[in-house]
Amino acid sequence: MRSGMANFSKSNVPQFAVDVYQNEYLPEGGREVNAIVTVTATGGGTVGSAVAAPHLYSPGQGPSAAVALLVDCSGSMDYPPTKMRNARDATAAAIDTLRDGVHFAVVGGTHVAKEVYPGGGRLAVAGAATREQAKQALRRLSAGGGTAIGTWLRLADRLLATADVAIRHGILLTDGRNEHESPEDLRAALDSCAGRFTCDARGVGTDWEVKEVTAIASALLGTADIVADPAGLAADFTRMMETAMGKEVADVALRLWTPVGTTVKFVKQVAPTVEELTGRRTEAGPRAGDYPTGSWGDESRDYHVCVEVPAAELGREMLAARVSLVIPEPDGSVQNLGAQGLVRAVWTDDMAASTSINPQVAHYTGQAELAQVIQQGLDLRKAGDIDGATAKLGRAVQLAGVSGNGDTAKLLAKVVDVVDAAAGTVRLKAKVEEADEMTLETRSTKTVRVKK
Amino acid sequence: MSQMPQQAAVSKCPSCEEPLESGDRFCGACGYDLSAVPPRPDDHPAVAAGGAVPAPAPAPDGVDWPAARDSDGQGRPVPVHAAAELPGTDSGGSPLPPPPAAPPVPPSPGVRFDRPGEPEEYPLQAPDPRLDTAAAPRPDSPAAPAPGAKVCVACRAGRVDDDGYCENCGHAQPRERDHMEQESGPVAAVSDRGLRHHRNEDAFSVGCTALPDGAPASVAIVCDGVSSATRPDDASLAASRAAGESLLTALPRGTHPQQAMHDAILAASHAVNALADEPATAREQGPHQNAPACTLVGAVVTAGLLVVGWVGDSRVYWVPADRATPPARLTEDDSWAAQMVAAGLMSEAEAYADDRAHAITGWLGADAYELEPHTASFKPDRPGVVVVCTDGLWNYAESAEEMADAMPLDAAVRPLHGARVLVGHALDGGGHDNVTVALVPFPAVPQGAGSA
Repeated sequence: MRSGMANFSKSNVPQFAVDVYQNEYLPEGGREVNAIVTVTATGGGTVGSAVAAPHLYSPGQGPSAAVALLVDCSGSMDYPPTKMRNARDATAAAIDTLRDGVHFAVVGGTHVAKEVYPGGGRLAVAGAATREQAKQALRRLSAGGGTAIGTWLRLADRLLATADVAIRHGILLTDGRNEHESPEDLRAALDSCAGRFTCDARGVGTDWEVKEVTAIASALLGTADIVADPAGLAADFTRMMETAMGKEVADVALRLWTPVGTTVKFVKQVAPTVEELTGRRTEAGPRAGDYPTGSWGDESRDYHVCVEVPAAELGREMLAARVSLVIPEPDGSVQNLGAQGLVRAVWTDDMAASTSINPQVAHYTGQAELAQVIQQGLDLRKAGDIDGATAKLGRAVQLAGVSGNGDTAKLLAKVVDVVDAAAGTVRLKAKVEEADEMTLETRSTKTVRVKK
Repeated sequence: MSQMPQQAAVSKCPSCEEPLESGDRFCGACGYDLSAVPPRPDDHPAVAAGGAVPAPAPAPDGVDWPAARDSDGQGRPVPVHAAAELPGTDSGGSPLPPPPAAPPVPPSPGVRFDRPGEPEEYPLQAPDPRLDTAAAPRPDSPAAPAPGAKVCVACRAGRVDDDGYCENCGHAQPRERDHMEQESGPVAAVSDRGLRHHRNEDAFSVGCTALPDGAPASVAIVCDGVSSATRPDDASLAASRAAGESLLTALPRGTHPQQAMHDAILAASHAVNALADEPATAREQGPHQNAPACTLVGAVVTAGLLVVGWVGDSRVYWVPADRATPPARLTEDDSWAAQMVAAGLMSEAEAYADDRAHAITGWLGADAYELEPHTASFKPDRPGVVVVCTDGLWNYAESAEEMADAMPLDAAVRPLHGARVLVGHALDGGGHDNVTVALVPFPAVPQGAGSA
């Protein structure tokens, strides 16, 4: 952790490091190369998100940032009335967490989006006076109307674009389904906002659609979670804002170079959550492509890269992929963040070498499967396929146990009765709290790292 | 390539004599760790055909090979065979004194054994303090091929990047160690990656120097990295360099060659052990996590003496210039098969047919159980060539007769050519392993004017 000594340099871009974990040995004829790429950013100025420490920057220091708070004000927010009150308090807590000098706005969302503060298509600059004014404005928030989240996001995008800042971020809260626009409208809004700002999304209560909230966070490279009890909102909003304030560099892309004849089978973020990036590639010159990773503070993430190389003779070695981190600039140029990692392929007749699976690759392969079988199990359960759901969730229990993912194991235990965790034998619980099922679904992509 | 043993290779616990079963990794009685290095089954590792050891079949003309002893473990070579017991010449070329009371071994037409009365009484003049390390030639590094053209050798289309990979097809470019050749005075060595391995984990060191009396001495060291350990290539390089430097420093000071060989093996051992303390980089992470390790075999040739030393399964063969007289193997492998045969538990055919046959029971490395450098001293009575090689060669010429057949007749005068031919023999046979061979003509002859 940094001490309180002020660092007066305006830009604190963290140092990026890339570590590659793989078994590079392939048997004769082997083509598939798997690697876990750990990207770690350090030295920017804050601590990691797990132990958040707000206000590490002195006033006026730190990267320039703009934040939009998007609060659901649909009619359902008044049932129960504590929900609206908690949302108001949570937004106030988030405003208190804003670093001085950060640009911000509050948007009230229904079937249309309204500027709650400061208004006039502008952003306020955080300070004692504007924080107080913003909190006064929150009192005018009232519930009434429908839900069209796409309109909220488009307004946030317009507001955030008015500031010339390094970091643009949104925090979105909803309590209901996106009923007042088509799924295509929301999709189009997400597509137009992707890459322009990042956004965390939260569902409060249990009347919202998990897939909508997770899709927003996924498209905008933020986090998704459930706040089943509205009383927990303030603490959650504070944490989210702390994390946002800790971001130092935005629009970082994972650049993957592969040699001629090589196919990228997939690129996934696998820690802290599973996020499929394969389809989000932007071509970046000959045999290279960029995968978006969003904003970074001091943090570490893992990516699983799988490529298929042309087979080569025993004894040959090749570079299967080169991983680097870049910030593509609007003018087409690129800022290279320095660190790079090499993914190699070596053909050997040493069976002990070529048949062993790298522990990191094995671990995250299991974690990705865990997220997938939870999703499939819950979908089958909703569809009434009890046998199918039991099989999938049983496998999930088994995988959670093997990989040491205790949090997910606990969530699973609220949905199934575990007969034998090691064998993956479970029974579906006859009665499951809706909040428990939604929590499991929302958090199914959370992973744990390999025990070192 | 050498493999570490995985289980007990002896019939009784070396610590408490409890009988063991095949596959035991620890002694059931005292808990002794059998997985490390099973001790040698007896304390007279015979060098040649006379004892119960795998060796070339006794020569038809009845070469009688008395058993050679190792170092006594205190750093002093155990007498191999009383010099006075055999007719022959001393290292100065003078006739030996008449045999004492002991009955002489029948005269041998082949190689003879030499035993100095005491190591410190090696019949050479006293060490000349003026001849110090500064005067001793260092073993030269194997010749590095000049940096090649920057166009990929695999696809002929891409440029080669700073990491040594093609920017088009990704293939690794040939490395310096893939093929190494070196000539030093009358000694030559060749090392090749072979056809199946992705890198050359063998290394060698050759050199020549002068004893205090000005008599020439040739030195060759060959090491084979243990593939089941990390960084085997670093281990073999460090060991061969350390041993070569140690010999070329000690011999000009008048250290008895057998003592010098013993010390050189210890120096190599320290050099390999030191590697274990160095952190492995991410790039070096592989399926194997054992400490770096390698075998070592070496020879010192003077005007009248041939000293060999070894740990592991790399070998020395003696091929007389007169091919009518029998060749011989001068080392005994530290291998599972050799131990089985030596212990009388299996026939040679049975032992070498076993999957474990080539597991080595002695090596240099931080996880070696107890280093037992073997040295032996010979006094050949005729000229010939000493073949110092890794199993990558002797797998294709196992018996001394096969080795002699593979070696050109003019190897003593064209050692580099001879070494190339022997490497070619292994490659023609399949080149399944790295191949390294050094040829040292006996006796050492003074080099041309200007040489030390």
